[in-house]
Amino acid sequence: MTNWNCYYLAPSIEDALQALAKAKGPARLVAGGTDLLLELQQGRQAVVDTLVDVTQIPELNTLEVRAGRLFIGAAVPLHRLVDVSLVRQHAQALVEACGQVGGPQVRNVATLGGNVAHALPAADGSIALHALDAQAELAGINGRRRLPLTDLYLGPGRSILAESGELLVGFWLPLGQPGQASAFRRVMRPQGVALPVLNLAAWVQRDGDRLAGVRIAVGPAGPKPLRALQTEQTLLGQPLDEPTLAKANESLLGEARFRTSPQRATAEYRRHLAGVLLRQVLALAWERAGNEIPR
Amino acid sequence: MKFRVNGTAYKLDPLPGEMLADLLRSRLGLTGTKIGCNEAECGACTVLVDGLPVLSCSYPAARVEGKDVLTIEGLAAVPGIDARIEDLHPLQQAFVLHGAVQCGFCIPGQIMTAGALLQTNPDPSEAEIRHALKDTLCRCAGYPTILRSIQAAAYALRTGEPVPPPSVAVSGDAGAHATIGHLQPRPDAVAKVTGAAKFTDDLHFEGMLHACVKRAGVPHAFLRKLDVEKARALPGVAAVLTAAGLPGERNHGIVIPDWPVMVGVGERVRYVGDAVAIVAAEQREIALQALELIVAEYDLQPVVAGPVQARQADAPSLHAGGNLLKHIKVRKGDVAEGFAQADVVLEHTFYTAITDHAFLEPECSIARPVQDERGAGHQRMEVYVGSQIPYADRNQVARALGWSEERVRIIGQLMGGGFGGKEDIAGQIHAALLAQATGRPVKLLFDRHESLLVHPKRHSTQIRVKVGARKDGMLTAVETELYGDTGAYASLGEKVLTRATTHSSGPYEAPHARADCYAMYTNNPPAGAFRGFGVTQSAFAVESMMDMLAEKLGLDPVALRRMNALRVGSVTNTGQVLEESVGLLECIQRVEAEMYRRAGDQPFRAQVVPGQPHKRRAWGFAVAYKNTGLGGGAPDKAGAEVELYSDGSLEVRTSSAELGQGLVTILQMTVAEEFQVAPERVRVLVMDTDLTPDGGPTTASRQTYVTGNAARHAAQALRQAIASSLAEKYDCPPEQVRFIEGLAQVGDQRLPLGEVVELLKAEGRQPRALYEYWAPTTKPLGEGGKMHFAYGFAAQAAQVEVNTLTGEVRVLCLIAANDVGRALNPLGLQGQVEGGAMMGLGNALTEQFVVENGQVITDRLARYRIPSIELTPEIVSIVVEHPTSEGPYGAKGVGELVSIPTTPAITNAIYHAVGMRVDRLPVNQELLLSTL
Ligand SMILES: Cc1cc2nc3c(=O)[nH]c(=O)nc-3n(C[C@H](O)[C@H](O)[C@H](O)COP(=O)(O)OP(=O)(O)OC[C@H]3O[C@@H](n4cnc5c(N)ncnc54)[C@H](O)[C@@H]3O)c2cc1C
Ligand code: FES
Ligand code: FES
Repeated sequence: MTNWNCYYLAPSIEDALQALAKAKGPARLVAGGTDLLLELQQGRQAVVDTLVDVTQIPELNTLEVRAGRLFIGAAVPLHRLVDVSLVRQHAQALVEACGQVGGPQVRNVATLGGNVAHALPAADGSIALHALDAQAELAGINGRRRLPLTDLYLGPGRSILAESGELLVGFWLPLGQPGQASAFRRVMRPQGVALPVLNLAAWVQRDGDRLAGVRIAVGPAGPKPLRALQTEQTLLGQPLDEPTLAKANESLLGEARFRTSPQRATAEYRRHLAGVLLRQVLALAWERAGNEIPR
Repeated sequence: MKFRVNGTAYKLDPLPGEMLADLLRSRLGLTGTKIGCNEAECGACTVLVDGLPVLSCSYPAARVEGKDVLTIEGLAAVPGIDARIEDLHPLQQAFVLHGAVQCGFCIPGQIMTAGALLQTNPDPSEAEIRHALKDTLCRCAGYPTILRSIQAAAYALRTGEPVPPPSVAVSGDAGAHATIGHLQPRPDAVAKVTGAAKFTDDLHFEGMLHACVKRAGVPHAFLRKLDVEKARALPGVAAVLTAAGLPGERNHGIVIPDWPVMVGVGERVRYVGDAVAIVAAEQREIALQALELIVAEYDLQPVVAGPVQARQADAPSLHAGGNLLKHIKVRKGDVAEGFAQADVVLEHTFYTAITDHAFLEPECSIARPVQDERGAGHQRMEVYVGSQIPYADRNQVARALGWSEERVRIIGQLMGGGFGGKEDIAGQIHAALLAQATGRPVKLLFDRHESLLVHPKRHSTQIRVKVGARKDGMLTAVETELYGDTGAYASLGEKVLTRATTHSSGPYEAPHARADCYAMYTNNPPAGAFRGFGVTQSAFAVESMMDMLAEKLGLDPVALRRMNALRVGSVTNTGQVLEESVGLLECIQRVEAEMYRRAGDQPFRAQVVPGQPHKRRAWGFAVAYKNTGLGGGAPDKAGAEVELYSDGSLEVRTSSAELGQGLVTILQMTVAEEFQVAPERVRVLVMDTDLTPDGGPTTASRQTYVTGNAARHAAQALRQAIASSLAEKYDCPPEQVRFIEGLAQVGDQRLPLGEVVELLKAEGRQPRALYEYWAPTTKPLGEGGKMHFAYGFAAQAAQVEVNTLTGEVRVLCLIAANDVGRALNPLGLQGQVEGGAMMGLGNALTEQFVVENGQVITDRLARYRIPSIELTPEIVSIVVEHPTSEGPYGAKGVGELVSIPTTPAITNAIYHAVGMRVDRLPVNQELLLSTL
């Protein structure tokens, strides 16, 4: 009846992949365990033979600027993301998203890799990463590959990782440039589970009074985290004024599939909040981008 | 695996599935780390790993390889139960001195989380403390005091100065007393901040088995078949018991024995938490595995999902007498006449949700068979449990075992909160049955999931209120109709809903009043006692209605209340003339003054927040009253015994329960006051049915008054006995014997109290006195006259901020005035006020125990949300003291009163901010938004 038999602290990516492949029974990767271990404890996840812990692998704990991009190891605990100025400088939305996950006890162990691999459509970290145009680096028995984040997702709680037996090494984010900035906001309910009613992240590039670039991600707005590509198109090249925002709002409602979740929120409420958060987050990012040095 | 804990190196390999908390608690015996939820929600299990706080309940033990772990036991220079306050870490000192420790169950987690914060941030702002403690929950909810304690400790750590003392005012009467009315930290506070304090699950006995209960999981059914053979055959299983062959009574129940110990084949299951079999095994894992091997088959029955449905003629009947537990009636005058005299009549229906106590310590019982010391040849049963009514437990356990009561001893343990939720039987009987069957000690620990499913909740209600008033605001009639969902079993349902009914027209004098309440059985989890005891629900309804009436009449809501408020000489709706101690008008006036001081001259008008046009703020006002004591004709008595020892120390003994509310401090202070000794010289022993006299149930805010009086009288009796002895010896009148600073003084002779003991013993007398205190008699409902011997009164104002774009509501400030008779211990009172207000805030905004067609949806703490420090507003406490003549030093009950007006004060404020009348709890932000 124990939830696992063997707990393996993998020293390297290769060891982790080997351990996964060679386990005597079902095996799973674990990082902070703030999703997986609770599911095991509560019987929402069948017991496993082996847990392969990736948190000691040096590469997965790296956080640095590498090859002109910001690299965030999959096992970097969220508290480091929030505390490190490098992330604040290039990925403010991620800081805002991760800073709201749990309390310090959870953030000291929870990881971005776990947040993404858990594949919930409104995981806060994932939504921010989507707006920041992150790429995911995967390692498998057959080597490494890089994918746009959106390609990882199959549906709620389902990613390609389970099938492919790969692990997430980390995320590559473009470095912030002058005139660019990002932001993240969410709306919660005081009752029930601590999942957002709705969250939204945006990245903008300002050119004078126009939007020279924009990316928006929102959840839960379908089976996977949504990159609102049509909404981005409506905004591109426009000034951030109310007519543009109204159009963007309409686009967002067109492309997002907001659902009613019992005891949490109706689709109607989410449609309303989408407009509120869109305006609020874009305004915030816009204002930040106006400052010469991105923060 | 090598690691260090509190500086000690260990070499131990992790076990399969083992979490750090298991390793610390079970294998290293470090039980200071608590388990409140086992699901990463509450923070009670927080320890530091390499300096960072983590949740040890969900942190694999294997991960501490090579790491340094710090637990609460490692924080003080001198750990353990004997630690003196000077030896403690400043955080521990501050938590003790400031009164942040109540039940103490969350405290190790609070201190460890705060300690980690102070390491990286020596001077944190209030916002930073809130952010850091966001997920470290305290159900006693002294959050403001916790915050101040952390700031005080931070100051001491930064400056090297002593921890600054709290700034809580003493009682207005403190000058007349040496101890009473002054600030006194709890006697158990030091043990609670060092992790030395033991709660039931922290105990371990040689050869102890672990028990688990097979629950029905269906809300309404007949048990068709039950097969436990496979479970019995599982290696490591010591016993599997079912309803077949129970040695004693088949039902338990605190008032009505209608709750089956286990449901037998062919019998009716009435809620998902009903037990069908119990298992004891060598390990908990084995017991859990055995549960899965038990096959139970059911014939499902239609579910009675709510009280209104339960009263319909075609509803399935759940108990032999039908679904109506009780129709409760209040009659005063003739409401028809009253409504005829009214210029305005208003009517509205309100709904309140089921809520859960969510005390942080889940239920745990250990039963241990022992040989009778008196050698009678038969066994006795000891039951270690945190229970609010030890003598009722003794009675119910004995009956279920088929034994005489004397053969059962309840040894009450520290309780990690109760709030009314630990009055009924939880695991006591099951543990005892298994211990009886196996001859071994048996521990039955509920996990949070089981706790949420099984124990009685707060009644959900539907309350229709109809009021009539003249143009000037004077009430002419109040009529209410209540439906209360008492769930599957009676528990204290009848009493709770009686209180809801008698208080349903509010603390007002209406010439005509009528109330009808239908207490209904359903297939929901049982409902019973919960702080506020029904009045929480009816106060929400009537206080909302008073605001609606004020608006209709164009009157100020405070003025309307003042005009109709109960005062000395008023006649309540049950026909009681209030003779004294009615501080309601002063509560109203002082809260009003403080509110205007802060709000300017239009507190009830919505204000737009400057720079944030989508946010509106406003204030709301509400009042409440709550009886002290059982009342209604129930004999209300408590026994207490006081003994003097030859070292000059004293002990006071009573079975009354300490659940964190601070009774032990009150008893300690009372005896210290009577003997004029330092409180530290008085030990308090509670909750042991062999060693302490019956103090009665810890309910109805009665203990300070009833047991407090018992202790006071016992102390006085002992003092008199001593005085007469000394008077004889020194040949002087007994009045000339005085007690000063631990000495007995006769003329200019001074005797240390310890020597008096020898003197008494030499005379063949025992240096102790037992007193059974009987509270003033009361009359049953319906007979008029004195239904309760005292009432507490309260007024509160709440300031809220509503976000009109999202519907989100925040409470910014609560001003609370409570007429408590006398503040015996202002430090303890502060904690009760803050915690009570936070519970009321939770009742308004966060708490909703969701049951759908008898199935519990909120079956994890993650789904049942209690207020965190982040939701905590500024709480201003105003103490009003209108002493009651028979109360100890004038005191009356406070435990429940403090939380009652909070909810309607908040919902009334929401109305003033955005014009939405909340008539269903908790506030639904989405619904709120849709009405804007
Ligand atoms: C109290 C509490 C509050 C929370 N609040 C929030 C919140 O506000 N917002 C939010 O978004 N989340 C929240 N969470 C959820 C959780 O903390 C996050 O999703 C977290 O980021 C998951 O990371 P982890 O390292 O703990 O994942 P784990 O539980 O270790 O793993 C999750 C999944 O990812 C897989 N996985 C982990 N690492 C890798 C890897 N490197 N490669 C491949 N697969 C991997 C695991 O196999 C597993 O399937 C909360 C959790 C708790 C307990
Ligand atoms: S016991 Fe670990 S968080 Fe509650
Ligand atoms: S003192 Fe915090 S839960 Fe009781």
